[in-house]
Amino acid sequence: MNMVNLTIDGVAVSVPSTYTVLEAARRAGIKIPTLCFLKVINEVCACRVCLVEIEKARALAAACVMPVSEGMIVHTNSAKVRATRRSTLEMILSDHNRDCLACIRNRNCELQTLADEYSIRGITFDGEKSPSVYDDKSFSIIRDGSKCIKCGRCVSACEKQDIGVLSFLNRGFATSIGPAYDVSMADAPCIYCGQCIIACPVGALHEKEETEKVWEAIHNPNKHVVMQVAPAVRAAIGEEFGLPIGTRATGKMFAAMRRLGADKIYDTNFGADLTIIEEGTELIGRINNGGVLPMITSCSPGWIRFCEFYYPDFIPNLSSCKSPHQMEGALIKTYYAQKNEIEPNSIFTVSVMPCTSKKTEAARDQHKDQDGLRDVDVVITTMELARMIREAGIDFNSLPDEAPDQDLMGEYTGAGVIFGATGGVMEAALRTVADILEDKDLPSFEYKTVRGVADDVKEADLTLAGIPIKVAVAHSTAGARKLLDAIRAGTAPKYTFIEIMGCSGGCVCGGGQPQVSAQNLMDIDIRTERAKALYEEDKKMPERKSHKNSEVMTLYKEFLGEPNGHLAHELLHTHYAPREIYPERLVEQ
Amino acid sequence: MNRGADWFSSIGTERSKGTKVFALGGKVTNVGLVEIPMGTTVREIVFEIGGGIPNGKKFKSVQTGGPSGGCIPASLIDTPIDYDNLISVGSMMGSGGMIVMDEDTCMVDIAKFFLEFTVDESCGKCAPCRIGTKRMFEILTKITNGTGTLDDIKALEEIALALKNGSLCALGQTAANPILSTLHHFRNEYLEHVVEKKCSCHVCKVLTQYYIEPALCKKCSLCARKCPVDCISGVVGKETYVIDAAKCIKCGACVEACKFKAVVKK
Repeated sequence: MNMVNLTIDGVAVSVPSTYTVLEAARRAGIKIPTLCFLKVINEVCACRVCLVEIEKARALAAACVMPVSEGMIVHTNSAKVRATRRSTLEMILSDHNRDCLACIRNRNCELQTLADEYSIRGITFDGEKSPSVYDDKSFSIIRDGSKCIKCGRCVSACEKQDIGVLSFLNRGFATSIGPAYDVSMADAPCIYCGQCIIACPVGALHEKEETEKVWEAIHNPNKHVVMQVAPAVRAAIGEEFGLPIGTRATGKMFAAMRRLGADKIYDTNFGADLTIIEEGTELIGRINNGGVLPMITSCSPGWIRFCEFYYPDFIPNLSSCKSPHQMEGALIKTYYAQKNEIEPNSIFTVSVMPCTSKKTEAARDQHKDQDGLRDVDVVITTMELARMIREAGIDFNSLPDEAPDQDLMGEYTGAGVIFGATGGVMEAALRTVADILEDKDLPSFEYKTVRGVADDVKEADLTLAGIPIKVAVAHSTAGARKLLDAIRAGTAPKYTFIEIMGCSGGCVCGGGQPQVSAQNLMDIDIRTERAKALYEEDKKMPERKSHKNSEVMTLYKEFLGEPNGHLAHELLHTHYAPREIYPERLVEQ
Repeated sequence: MNRGADWFSSIGTERSKGTKVFALGGKVTNVGLVEIPMGTTVREIVFEIGGGIPNGKKFKSVQTGGPSGGCIPASLIDTPIDYDNLISVGSMMGSGGMIVMDEDTCMVDIAKFFLEFTVDESCGKCAPCRIGTKRMFEILTKITNGTGTLDDIKALEEIALALKNGSLCALGQTAANPILSTLHHFRNEYLEHVVEKKCSCHVCKVLTQYYIEPALCKKCSLCARKCPVDCISGVVGKETYVIDAAKCIKCGACVEACKFKAVVKK
């Protein structure tokens, strides 16, 4: 590795030659402010906030992309830099909705942080605001153009997903960002993965908040509130309370949820174990009966929408299983309701998810019963849970470790926990399918080849009971495209089973998870750090295979009957339909 | 091409070789395309080739480089024109536009005129240009409307500098040139607009009043009849005509109508 020596603000540093001035400064302990920079995703020099003075250079240079060179002398805080930077910041603030007190990103906003760090005390150049749109039609993602700073991070994040719903519209001062024809996100072929929300440094894009619905239900004496929480939430919720990225905050998470006042607290991992039994049975059925292969997992609603919009020819490949929380919700309104003698329509099910797409998933017609009763009444994100915890005045860090309620549906195995990381569903499924096909309790059941984020498409070859099984795992829709395009073109191997997650890294990096500032993302891969928490929990569980979940076994024995049986199909399975991209009626209006 | 590189290089200055074509326009007798050897002075172009300023008006400045360029005042009329000299006086060559201005040209209005173009042409990618050009235009509009303050001039300079040093491309980097150069050479005009709320060139409409000199008025009523908003009152042959400033839209129809030069701008 070639090293380069340079001086930044009088500090000598030696860094790899591939580094930018921004990265080199970070090594030297100097923070150069950035706004539009988002590592790998958006490196476009648009905001001009990171400009630095380089001796002998013709003009100020953008540190975020400027490569280091031997002997370079950089000044990050000279009079010229400071004046230019302050003016640029003030200009950006002059065209911004500065109602911070009422903003969802209050105290968690990269622009607010910069204004504070630069002691901005007033906007000298106030004036007209650029035209903007407020779009809250969708159930998942809200666009607030008045807060947009045109950094382009969301556009690039959506392009990185290989979807590209968001783009720059118009030009000059009238520039805005939105889907084609500036239609609502609800009308665009958006999968609601929320990667744009994760990328946005300010409050221009955020989830539709539904915490009020949860509070209302909790305060309503006639409502029996049952909350469930996804595996990925425990890997990230600690970040909202100052804990390091990757902290496994499971115990405190359950303690906090209990203190919010719900009647029952369950874990979606129970549903995950259940999904493995249903999906594993479905897979073995397709293998034995010449069903459509490869079978593709269906727990990621972002992936499902992506399939329905862009790859509807793969709908027959999708597993008919609902996602874990939907299965669990359906059972809460039936199995749980019966066992506890509670009227189903007085039960209010809440799912805490790392995902913004699940808000729309829960509203799908296919996820209601014949009376219109929803499996899951409301989905709130990890961020929304954190807000409820803060609002309730709960001191998260001083909470004891607690567990979900242990009756009926509170048990889960390690296989369920790893659903939140890319490769987790595949590994969980293989742990069960392998035992079934080999008809024994296999002692070795970790499938590390499907783990990790080094590639967005991973493969593994296995032989189970003499049957060769080739599996693939894709994460991010860009990875999904690569895999599915290869299958369409006939250049891919014959896979038996495929796991696809809409978000890179899997659910741990979903649209509802805590945002990490672009500066902190320079040094850390949150996909790997957060996934570590899940694999750690897996190792600690007394049972690590879904079919060993005794409460799931009881569920089948006492209520469902056979996996994939009639009742299972009615409650736990669903169907899909192709979706039209920018239908004519939208363009006409 | 016909006479070769050596011949071409024998014309011009040390660092700007050969000739340059200028589009000469504005307040000058001969307008059109002129081709001159590099090093020709502004004086030679305006007064010899251009034939001087019509109507006996005084020369004020030339503007080169269009919206990215600046103004060269009368005091620098003997500047030989080449790429480097133009930059050193706060302008630039650009595509060869050369607009001649006389004593009736308001330099603040000129800056606003060029900025209006730049605001429209900004692509919108980088923050300083996208927002800064708009803000500078808003300030110039305030100034030409008589509501500008000294703080506005300070803000103008701050934004202009931020654009020059911070923009992503040359459009933003040079967008402030007309402002910076007019502020430098014609600061008194800016101060007049801001402090006295006056435009002595009578170009900025809000700051200009149309007035009928009673001594010169022949009470012919022509101006009143031409006025599109009926704001001139008087009695033909008997009472001098008076313009109601509140209703006047400053279209100038009365000035053109009056054969006795009784309507003046002040």
